[in-house]
Amino acid sequence: MAAIEQDSESFSLGQLWSDKRYRAVVTQILVVAGVFLFIAYLATNAVQNLEALGKTFGFEFLWEPASYDINQALIDYNSRSPHIRAAVVGFLNTIVVAVAGCAFATVLGFVFGVLRLSHNWLINRIVYCFVEFTRNVPVLVQILLWHGIIVHTLPPPRDAINPIEGVFLSNRGFYVPEPVFEPAFWSVVVAFLGAIVGMFFFSRWAKKHQEATGQIYPVFSIGVAAIVGLPLIVFFIAGMPMSLEFPEMGTFNIRGDLVLKPEFTALWFALSVYTSAFIAEIVRAGIQSVSHGQTEASYALGIKPNWTMRLIIIPQALRVIVPPLTSQYLNLTKNSSLAIAIGYMDIVATLGGITLNQTGKEMECMMIVLLIYLSISLVISAFMNWYNKRIALVER
Amino acid sequence: MTDTTQSPTREYEPGTHPDLPPPMMTSGPIAWIRENLLGSPFNIVLTVISVYLLYLIVPGVLNWAIFDAVFTAGSREECRAIAQGACWALADVRFGQFIYGFYPEELRWRVDLAFIMFLLALLPVLWDKTPYRKQWFIYSAIYPVIAYFLLVGGLGLEHVETTKIGGFALNTMIGVTGIVASLPLGILLALGRRSHMPIVRTLCVMFIEFIRGVPLITLLFIASTMLNYFLPPGTTFDLILRVLIMVTIFSAAYIAEVVRGGLQAIPKGQVEAADAMGLRYWQSMRLVVLPQALKISIPGIVNTFVGLFKDTTLVVIIGLTDVLGVGRASLSDSKWQGLSTEVYVFIAILFFICCFSMARYSIYLEKKLHTGHKR
Repeated sequence: MAAIEQDSESFSLGQLWSDKRYRAVVTQILVVAGVFLFIAYLATNAVQNLEALGKTFGFEFLWEPASYDINQALIDYNSRSPHIRAAVVGFLNTIVVAVAGCAFATVLGFVFGVLRLSHNWLINRIVYCFVEFTRNVPVLVQILLWHGIIVHTLPPPRDAINPIEGVFLSNRGFYVPEPVFEPAFWSVVVAFLGAIVGMFFFSRWAKKHQEATGQIYPVFSIGVAAIVGLPLIVFFIAGMPMSLEFPEMGTFNIRGDLVLKPEFTALWFALSVYTSAFIAEIVRAGIQSVSHGQTEASYALGIKPNWTMRLIIIPQALRVIVPPLTSQYLNLTKNSSLAIAIGYMDIVATLGGITLNQTGKEMECMMIVLLIYLSISLVISAFMNWYNKRIALVER
Repeated sequence: MTDTTQSPTREYEPGTHPDLPPPMMTSGPIAWIRENLLGSPFNIVLTVISVYLLYLIVPGVLNWAIFDAVFTAGSREECRAIAQGACWALADVRFGQFIYGFYPEELRWRVDLAFIMFLLALLPVLWDKTPYRKQWFIYSAIYPVIAYFLLVGGLGLEHVETTKIGGFALNTMIGVTGIVASLPLGILLALGRRSHMPIVRTLCVMFIEFIRGVPLITLLFIASTMLNYFLPPGTTFDLILRVLIMVTIFSAAYIAEVVRGGLQAIPKGQVEAADAMGLRYWQSMRLVVLPQALKISIPGIVNTFVGLFKDTTLVVIIGLTDVLGVGRASLSDSKWQGLSTEVYVFIAILFFICCFSMARYSIYLEKKLHTGHKR
């Protein structure tokens, strides 16, 4: 004891490094100083370089007219719109392809993952070959390949392929029927929303009822019937207030408003297929991680096979599946930036591409693009973390 | 008790009866088909569907890719004149460019030599029974210097502009340099992320999450348009070098997460034991923790490398002529226009062969390394 006290009293400078108590603090101060010096060095260089080039730092350019066209815009846009509007259009395009891609990739991935576990040797091998081939080829090559196939092997609009009534496949895009809504359509929407709200309360009541009496209602099938059936009935009662406007074959082009552009289709398809291969492996690993003893125990308790799947296997498998699934969604969103290779106007192609080249504002443009991707990443991982916490194992 | 033999013709001494063939219906090909293809009604439906799918796809693809394909021709028109299938003549004519880019033809042996020496440098890392492994590691350590002189020139070798390096060789070079250079940085970041010092930890987490949160292509854009702003005025920098720096930073963040997983798998007792032996932090990490942690992270590192290797194709977007760049350049040649499917399928097969074999290697390693921990 005495020795320690003596040590702390006689403090020497060398102790800052040799004494464990101070070393952590000193190291951190040094690290912070180093990082600050480094950033300051970069910043002074940047200021000097910008000055030498006669450039200023600022975001005013965002309100100047963009003067370039974007062929797929969800909001009104023309070449006189300001750069910021072009950026928003690009951002929306990114979101559209990311959401559509995640949805399609999840469906494909779960189907492939389950088929991969099938006892049928043939389908098992087919899916294996497919998964291995797609995930070992760069996604950029796949995007370019699909784009090339659409643009080079499909016929021009004049001789578009017409596989089913109202659908035209051509190298300028896929023309599909456009739904036209009449005013009475709101009743269908109301019925749909009403059914969802009703089912929410019904399932809560059914759960309470089951806990109290042990009686089980088929909540799932009733729910599907109500959510699909009710709007359908209302739809027919209201006199079918929606019609499909079919694209028409003109002399040189196809008239129709709802077009899936080749760029979007290729990007969406390639991203979904590529990611689905990874999701298939995740799903397979997840289901295999649930030990067979769980199934056997469930059968021993007399639980029916599909109830076993729903109540025993899937909840446990999801726990393993969800975290890597999150990173696949993030990867898909980040990979959507490859859109620039085939000219789909996402945020990188608009703000980070044409706007950057026109205005020469590299720093500002890249800062905004990076910030946008960071926030998308944060939002997705926050949501998936929340979901993961909900389904995680609750231990005592 | 007495009537144990079933055979009416001959009696065997107990234990001398020759093995009978297994019953037809429980083993052999018929049983296999019954079990694996026609096990249940649903299974039969699946089999029928997959046979139909194969019937739809396989003959068409084979005809296009092999039977109706043209392997040698001078241009697209010549191809089309011979047959209607794929025109692989393009890949045949430009094979050298696809592999080496625009590297001078008479100097291509240097790229080959660099690649063979790379495989030799890799040997002691991948194969733990290499003879004289320790001495061999010294060679592996100085290999990057040798490779630099071989590829770029100097020391009596003719100088080659870095812009001439291209094709598949460029992809390999970027991938390998990225992963090798990022290992030390990644390990430091992983250690920093698990450090007890809050500021160091926060900085590492911020760096890792920032890099992992943005697409590689934006980082490459920064490399090609912005990196020069942050250097002292007047410095100019080779584009490939800038790309290499960015790729290294990018993969360091991913390696850091892999190594962190390895570090987490090491029981705390190991560190405590090292502390009890009186080892300092770096000693205990270097001698006790990292050898174990890195060993179990090798499969993850290989997987990261496969991912990075595939991502090296993105450099085409900032104007480097990697294998994809060569492909696009040859598509704009009027002789070969419209052959995009052939070009991209060819590149896809190149990548598939490399990535698939590496993935198999990583699975093999995983199995090999798991034996100690499993039952």
